[in-house]
Amino acid sequence: MSIWVDEETRVVYQGLTGSAGRYYGLLNRDYGTKVVAGVTPGKAGADVDGIPVYGSVAAALAEIDANASCVFVPATFVVKAVLEAAEAGISFIVVITEGVPMHDEAILFSRLRREFPGVRMLGPNCPGIISPGKCNIGITAGHIAKPGGPVGIVSRSGTLTYQALYELKEKGIGCTTCVGIGGDPVPGTNFIDTLAAFEADDETEAVMLIGEIGGSAEEEAAEFIAAEMSKPVVAYVAGLTAPPGKKMGHAGAIVSGGKGTAAAKVAAFEAAGVTIGRNPTEAGELMAELVATL
Amino acid sequence: MDLLEHQGKELFASFGLPISPGALALTPTEAVAAAERIGCPVVVKAQVHTGGRGKAGGIRLAEDLEAVSRCAEKILGLDIKGHVVRRLWVEAATDIAAEFYVSFMLDRGTRRHLGMLSAQGGVDIEDVSANSPEAISRIQIDPSDGFAADDARNWVTSAGLPGADVSEAVEVLLALYRAYREGDADLIEVNPLVLTTDGRLQVLDAKVTLDSSARFRHPEYDAYDKTAPRDAREQQAHSRGLQYVGLEGNVGVIANGAGLAMASVDMVSDVGGSAANFLDIGGGANAEVMSAALEVLNDDPSVRAIFINIFGGITKGEEVANGIIEAMRRVDIASPIVVRLDGTNSAEGWNILRPRLSDRLELAPDMLAAARLAVGRAGGVQADSPAGAGSGALEEGAR
Repeated sequence: MSIWVDEETRVVYQGLTGSAGRYYGLLNRDYGTKVVAGVTPGKAGADVDGIPVYGSVAAALAEIDANASCVFVPATFVVKAVLEAAEAGISFIVVITEGVPMHDEAILFSRLRREFPGVRMLGPNCPGIISPGKCNIGITAGHIAKPGGPVGIVSRSGTLTYQALYELKEKGIGCTTCVGIGGDPVPGTNFIDTLAAFEADDETEAVMLIGEIGGSAEEEAAEFIAAEMSKPVVAYVAGLTAPPGKKMGHAGAIVSGGKGTAAAKVAAFEAAGVTIGRNPTEAGELMAELVATL
Repeated sequence: MDLLEHQGKELFASFGLPISPGALALTPTEAVAAAERIGCPVVVKAQVHTGGRGKAGGIRLAEDLEAVSRCAEKILGLDIKGHVVRRLWVEAATDIAAEFYVSFMLDRGTRRHLGMLSAQGGVDIEDVSANSPEAISRIQIDPSDGFAADDARNWVTSAGLPGADVSEAVEVLLALYRAYREGDADLIEVNPLVLTTDGRLQVLDAKVTLDSSARFRHPEYDAYDKTAPRDAREQQAHSRGLQYVGLEGNVGVIANGAGLAMASVDMVSDVGGSAANFLDIGGGANAEVMSAALEVLNDDPSVRAIFINIFGGITKGEEVANGIIEAMRRVDIASPIVVRLDGTNSAEGWNILRPRLSDRLELAPDMLAAARLAVGRAGGVQADSPAGAGSGALEEGAR
């Protein structure tokens, strides 16, 4: 099994005619993802390498069957694009676009929660999701992931997600699903949502979690792990040596006033029984040791 | 992006908030001229991107013009937590009856807006929060509902602002929330919001952090960006569009992706070294970007070795390798470079780099080995590092 996406997932790409949308949309199709349509307002009737393009998600769904979307539209259009997909009946929306203002994200999350409680959004500003061998939505290079199990991955950081997949593959360990939740302040899907899904997934036997400095998502994840999870978790928190008060690239990665530091997060995880790697390589090694005992 | 106090107050004024009349001054002469226009007594305030200005002597009351000149001279050039004072805000002095606190920010846990209001302002709010949490009245605001006047009224009542007119307080809070939302701020904090002796509310300080992602709808952000505190290295990197943070060590770090860059800095520290910087070159590791990154590190005299950590996802190994070689051709790099190149087509990348290897350019099989090697090339393990001198990392890395 896998969580949220698999070989049955049929995906619409919003912004397929843009350069990034086209590039990754076609790569995802090459991987085996069912890329069934593109949506670009004003470009109905066009096609991208044989994939039909519609003027709206609703128009696409009138002719084809789809249950997920992948959003590559510019930051200014993200709110509109996500609500359009939700209104049309898409239940899983992956937003790759970065640079969405915090207030836009907060309003979008609030509206989805109220008006479309059955819809899950992943992102914005995330690398996407891959269930290796089945479905790859987003910008992850599919070949660095080994299909199968028993490990599920959830990460706040793009390149560290790849690093984790790669470390596991090098050690011959498969991945059920790898979820990049993104580093923005208002993620549509957070650690807890993903951990709960892995806990419920039969094939996932252990979880690798990659966090980073800033915010309190890791501390909340630690509480959830202690209270709700039976499956073992190995974690790495990036930014252990970051000086307080410095922003390091991600909108979410802000350390201030002793809150959200890597040390606080590591302490919370350790208290919850999570195994901590001091760096991504050590986290991979610890996971390999753990998998060998399963 | 953090605003200076006067920039925050200008933002607040545009939303109709009550601020004291004031003016910006870059010299004592300008400060005196400003005080003449405003009328003494005035407060002369250092404009720097840090707190603790009062304790550092950066905020002074001046009763007359002569005092204004003296205060300005004392404050200009003052070093406050590493920030040298270059500009002053001169504003009319306020007769204070009481000091309150108010802020708006995102509560990441609930993904709603969080307002905090307290009658105990003028002091460190974290102390208030730690010692008497009940003194802070919190309100959760759903972003799609916005902030209603009735909610503001209940909030004021629950916080209990002694002496303040409730309707006036409601107006101030609603205007502050509008500045938070429409100004695209991540954080707005007023400490203190004061009650004057004649019973009015006045915004006496302004801490505002703006959301850089909202720049596309705020042309005024460009002006704020020019005053952002950056050292020379950060300024150079910023002008080249690189995500850079200066640190204290001697191993220059270049990585693709913020997470990997942070992990690289961690790794350097883990093996007993210390990173000179965090530098994220983003997704594309082409020659253009790589050259820019190497130039920035090359201009930093504290850099003794450079650790390039690239994980190719979509980015292909041969492109990264060609980028590094092209960058080395363009820029005469003073420090030895250690490359870790993994992921997509890394074998092809290695094949391109291998004939060029020397003591100036070395390859490492993985991230950990690369960090060790780079730390070794930079002069070795530092005695005060967490890994300590006897970790054996150096010998192993140099093999």
